[in-house]
Amino acid sequence: MRAAGGFWTRYRRNRPAVAGLAIVLMVVALGLLAPLLYPGDPWSIVGQPFLWPGDPHAPLLGTDVLGRDIASGVLHGARVSLRVGLFSALFAGVIGTIVGSVAGYYAGWVDDVLMRITEAFQTVPSFLTALIIVALFKPSIPTIIAAIAIVSWPGVARLVRAETLRLRGSDFVSACVTFGMSDIRIIITQILPNCLAPLIVMVSVMIASAILIEAGLSFLGLSDPSQLSWGTMIATGRDALRSAWYMSAIPGIAILVTVLGINLVSEGLNDAFNPGLRQRQVAQIPRQTSRQA
Amino acid sequence: MTLHIGNVEKVPAERPFTGFVRPFIRSRRRGYLGFLFRRIAQSALLFFLTILLTFALINVAPGDMVDVMAGDSGGADPGYVQMLRGKYGLDRPLPVRLYNYVDQLAHLDLGYSFPQSAPVTDLIADRVGPTLLLMASSLALSVAGALVLGTLAARHVHRATDGIVSVLTLLAYATPVFWVGLMLILVFSVKLGWFPSSGMETLFSGYTGWTRVKDVAWHLVLPAATLSLFHLALFTRLLRASLLEVLRQDFVRTARAKGIGEWRVLGVHALGNALLPLVTMVGMQIGASLGGAVVVESVFAWPGLGRLAFEALGARDTNLLVGIVLFSGLVVITVNLLVDLLYGWLDPRIENV
Repeated sequence: MRAAGGFWTRYRRNRPAVAGLAIVLMVVALGLLAPLLYPGDPWSIVGQPFLWPGDPHAPLLGTDVLGRDIASGVLHGARVSLRVGLFSALFAGVIGTIVGSVAGYYAGWVDDVLMRITEAFQTVPSFLTALIIVALFKPSIPTIIAAIAIVSWPGVARLVRAETLRLRGSDFVSACVTFGMSDIRIIITQILPNCLAPLIVMVSVMIASAILIEAGLSFLGLSDPSQLSWGTMIATGRDALRSAWYMSAIPGIAILVTVLGINLVSEGLNDAFNPGLRQRQVAQIPRQTSRQA
Repeated sequence: MTLHIGNVEKVPAERPFTGFVRPFIRSRRRGYLGFLFRRIAQSALLFFLTILLTFALINVAPGDMVDVMAGDSGGADPGYVQMLRGKYGLDRPLPVRLYNYVDQLAHLDLGYSFPQSAPVTDLIADRVGPTLLLMASSLALSVAGALVLGTLAARHVHRATDGIVSVLTLLAYATPVFWVGLMLILVFSVKLGWFPSSGMETLFSGYTGWTRVKDVAWHLVLPAATLSLFHLALFTRLLRASLLEVLRQDFVRTARAKGIGEWRVLGVHALGNALLPLVTMVGMQIGASLGGAVVVESVFAWPGLGRLAFEALGARDTNLLVGIVLFSGLVVITVNLLVDLLYGWLDPRIENV
């Protein structure tokens, strides 16, 4: 891996990425501080319902249809979103890495079987599948995390497989085979460290998409009943869209800002891992026909 | 909800060329018919795996059809539940059940929806039209928008227009689709009153013919716009990148050297070649678009498959849910097959590889 200093210097040059990092850090900090800033249950009623933000009697961001504090909900919701995003992306990363590296390393029929299974997972619309998994099991944070991981890993598997296929024929891997190094050790110590950069970028993007999937699920009513999530807040505010649109607008903006921040960070990571790519970005659509030859 | 795939610029090259197009190229040497059979066999295998997947899903989930039925009738005695299980073959060993399941599917029977009191196949057939209409118009909208925005961005690369387009796509990437729907309803339906906020047509209007078409189109505007937003961003980015790539090639330099205007070079010479990755990507996004339709349909009360899935969700209607998933899988597989054929037609060079 490259020196950390060099990496940060490259990352810092990309101003949107720095802004994204600032956003992400802010959201994480707000989520962590939520129990301190707004102790108690975000479901509890703090005042009159339908108080607009800016109303002299209203809390910072107003109250919802039942008189709950929206600001408290937004902060506590950040905890749910971040937790679901982080863990489902991590699990998807682990499953995808295992499947992809085994498929790519052993190639042949192992690769064929694993890749056909991966394709089958990609065939069914992922949001629909996640929806059904959560509905069949009880909606709770662990089931939501599991469902999102189950529909997200195929992308990682394909990425890791492609990288492994590329690396397995290289001299340093052949050298390890000659030493008598075991397959697992070669995969873990030689191949995976070399796919780390694209893997990190992909996992970071998956955090963002997991947050969006979670929001969609909870908007449709599939959320942990004990946890207030942004999607749930939007669903609640939806009934009052005509008279009090801020109720659904505010949590939506929270999702937008968070996901935007994460996307900016992952683009920044991508650029920093691949110096020169920015100039070459035009070349990133590979010439389709020459690619297969 | 759509999948936000990282590194948009890299994805289209990776996916179709490992899974779908490579066999195409290989088999072209052995003749088109051979390719066709291979490709269909592959799709059939994929569909069988999808069936296995849904079967696994039903069997892993706690509680079965009989539990739901017993729950509906207010709790039944164990003997009766046992009898029902026997009746539906749910007490048989797993392989037998799998065999029965595949056999049932082979007869185009997706099972019976008890909450809706109708065969799942009929329910899906009833709702598939509106969903296809919604998906087709939203994809058409996003492709058309991407052609305009992507070309504009590529024409003015690294200048203000390009910057604005890229900010817009970044925002579209980060916005939850259902929230866009709500905000569009707020602005264009509640505040401005330009478009209806829900449904597919004016109820009890008795419109027929052309008036009815116009009425449906009227109702279609907001849902289609909502569903298209993410794909608009995705396709715009893709098209911009692939246009810039094509613009570096020699034939473009030749065209410019001949004194052909920049817009003509872009629109005529470059665009045709830049369309290939877009076609692949559109095919790949069918599944995501179907997933997004679930949310959009429930926001706009659009009477399609997504709305049906949502109703099934509330009623814990496993048969219906699984039927919808299987059906979507079939649609995705078929569309990918067609995209491969289209790809070969758009790029005859593939024959010579």
